Amino acid sequence: MIAEFGHYALVLALALALVQASVPIVGARKNDPVLMAVAGPTAIAQLLFVAIAFGALTICYVRSDFSVINVFENSHSAKPLIYKISGVWGNHEGSMLLWVLILSLFGALVALFGGNLPARLKANVLAVQSWIAVAFLLFILVTSNPFLRILQPPFEGRDLNPILQDPGLAIHPPLLYLGYVGLSISFSFAIAALIDGRIDAAWARWVRPWTLLAWMFLTLGIAMGSYWAYYTLGWGGWWFWDPVENASFMPWLAATALLHSALVMEKRNALKVWTILLAILAFSLSLIGTFLVRSGVLTSVHAFATDPTRGVFILAILVLFIGGSLALFALRAPLLKQGGLFAPISREGALVLNNLFLVSACGTVFVGTLYPLALEALTDEKISVGAPFFNATFGPLFVPLLIAMPFGPLLAWKRGDLLGVAQRLVGAAAIGAITVAVVFAMEGGGPILVPFAIELALYVMAGAVTEIVERTGLLKVPFLTAFARARGLPRSAWGGAFAHFGLGLTLLGIIGETQWGIERIAELKPGQTISIRRYDLKFDGMNTRQGPNYRELSAHFTVRRHGDVIGVMEPAKRSFPSRGSSTTETALMTRGFSQLYLSLGDPNPDGSLAVRLYYKPLVLLIWLGAVVMVVGGALSLSDRRLRVGAPKPARSRSALAPAE
Amino acid sequence: MRWLFLIVVMLTLVASPRAEAVQPDEILADAVLEGRARALSKELRCMVCQNQSIDDSDAPLARDLRVLVRERLQAGDSDRQVIDFLVSRYGEFVLLKPRFSLHTALLWLGPLAVLLIGAFGLFVLARRHRPAAGATSAAAATLTPAEEARLSEILDRPDR
Repeated sequence: MIAEFGHYALVLALALALVQASVPIVGARKNDPVLMAVAGPTAIAQLLFVAIAFGALTICYVRSDFSVINVFENSHSAKPLIYKISGVWGNHEGSMLLWVLILSLFGALVALFGGNLPARLKANVLAVQSWIAVAFLLFILVTSNPFLRILQPPFEGRDLNPILQDPGLAIHPPLLYLGYVGLSISFSFAIAALIDGRIDAAWARWVRPWTLLAWMFLTLGIAMGSYWAYYTLGWGGWWFWDPVENASFMPWLAATALLHSALVMEKRNALKVWTILLAILAFSLSLIGTFLVRSGVLTSVHAFATDPTRGVFILAILVLFIGGSLALFALRAPLLKQGGLFAPISREGALVLNNLFLVSACGTVFVGTLYPLALEALTDEKISVGAPFFNATFGPLFVPLLIAMPFGPLLAWKRGDLLGVAQRLVGAAAIGAITVAVVFAMEGGGPILVPFAIELALYVMAGAVTEIVERTGLLKVPFLTAFARARGLPRSAWGGAFAHFGLGLTLLGIIGETQWGIERIAELKPGQTISIRRYDLKFDGMNTRQGPNYRELSAHFTVRRHGDVIGVMEPAKRSFPSRGSSTTETALMTRGFSQLYLSLGDPNPDGSLAVRLYYKPLVLLIWLGAVVMVVGGALSLSDRRLRVGAPKPARSRSALAPAE
Repeated sequence: MRWLFLIVVMLTLVASPRAEAVQPDEILADAVLEGRARALSKELRCMVCQNQSIDDSDAPLARDLRVLVRERLQAGDSDRQVIDFLVSRYGEFVLLKPRFSLHTALLWLGPLAVLLIGAFGLFVLARRHRPAAGATSAAAATLTPAEEARLSEILDRPDR
């Protein structure tokens, strides 16, 4: 019954979505407040019914109801509860349901917290949001229904792929979806503005917090996925330029560009047309990502061609929404009035430069991801585009961006003084250079490009600090005055500085890991020792252990540094009988921001064991940097001016502080 | 989102005995040769995997290719010769960084084109919208009387 209940709720959600997609927009046309007011409650009701459907599927999983095909194929009665729940989105049908749940969640959030939106805008936004919901609810009901039954229910399920039975992977998809489905709000705002033919600085002020929220989740989701890959896959890689990763990275790049252009629009009423286009592009990239991952086109173009139902459906959604929105854009954009002139050397100019490079970088990822697919589909010729290509093309586009980054916040709006800013950044560059010199004196050299890369990372970080120092007048005015000024700074200024600093941290982590990482591959017998840097690891022996749904073979290593025992590491292999597959459980030991990374190969008949040991300097900074970026986003989001649902600009100190 | 791809990879791997990426017995005694082998391995695709280099892959085919690369290096091939050999044997598909040619021109030049077209567009726009000297005063003159009143109200407010 529960499954049918969920199925029915999903159909009702579709009916509600149809109402929400049509009535408010008619209301907005006719200027009828009653019809427009339909949008809010239906958005909330739509969330409710999608949530009921999602809850029903979750109950089927928790109860191990194997009469539901989806549960049978992806669950097992002996699986721990958390993985029974995460199994709901660990498969195609369930993850699409999560997708729609988050879509309607954002719609409902706009309905709840969008009290200060003009009625027409709100009605249009919620209607557009519901167009997307209609498309994807239809997709689920027609091609990917998770509630189908089996006539003769089996006793046991096939279990979830063991590699997905991991806490990191339990929360990674929801975070990622909150991010890239969250971009639907920016899209809906953009389309609503185009429908109305009206857009102003206030529009940017409403859009920015939503974009920021989605961007924060996307950042966290990508970082989480990267860390998961790092500790799960057993060879210590953390970014593979895999199409599936690129699918989430492209919307991130576009959303980052959007955040910056919306800033110009809000403050200076310029770049309107461009901001609208970016909002459309960011969500379009999310849709393309969904298509890439969900249609099976990545596995093989031919597999896609043999079972095209799902792929073609998503492709149709893609063409409809991307094509439709771009057509609307072409039609309406000329109506939008341009405002706010600025000189090329100005804060606006810097943000435009940021957008140019971010969009080009995004273009690189886009072309690299889709080119092999397109080439194969058109000419049957197969080529590979992998990490070496992206490193060679993405890097050169990102470096100028990083060099320019600290300049942006220090330049004045309208017309800036490049030379003056450069002088103020000399300190930042010097801090970087001195640190590099010291580190190299201590470590004794390395590849020639490394000092430049580290200098760049430190300069980016010091540049972010410089901004705050400049704005508070620290070092120039008495400390207490500077402190008071720091408190008075808008939170969004702190947010920007944090985010830029975080990017520098990530960069430093990437350089540390890739340039100074050490690897040891060896075969050890019990009692033997393997050494890396100043650490000695003694292999004590093997243990076996029975887990809830797997058997574990673990190796015990005692770790010594300069002869003192500092801990143990226990890498393991788990075999899952239900799927006949195994996973490698890496052992990690954190030392400051660096890690020792140990993973097991197969045991040999002679009792020896193949192990892979890595020393990964500064590796944690890669993800810590992402967390700092998200903290920056949160600070910015808590700024009064942007607070979601803040009814009126309060007449407080911070609101009257001069525009930055 | 990697998990979907992983399912596919895992499904192809389940049937075969699992081996790790570079094995201890593959490693060459000569550290310089081994270093070159590792660098080459990162540029070569494991053709039965999705987007994995032979350096990362667990598949038996990847192991065969790693051993092959090392054999060629030991036989005295240059990096270039090793790559050429593998391409002649397996086609361009084996390269993770495609060579520049007619059919990859768009791939290699696309990003540059986006950058250049964007920069050119900005240049044209900047020229067209160059702020004229009288721009600000002209803008001020377009304020309606109501806006003027509001402006002076704001400017006169005592708490500023």
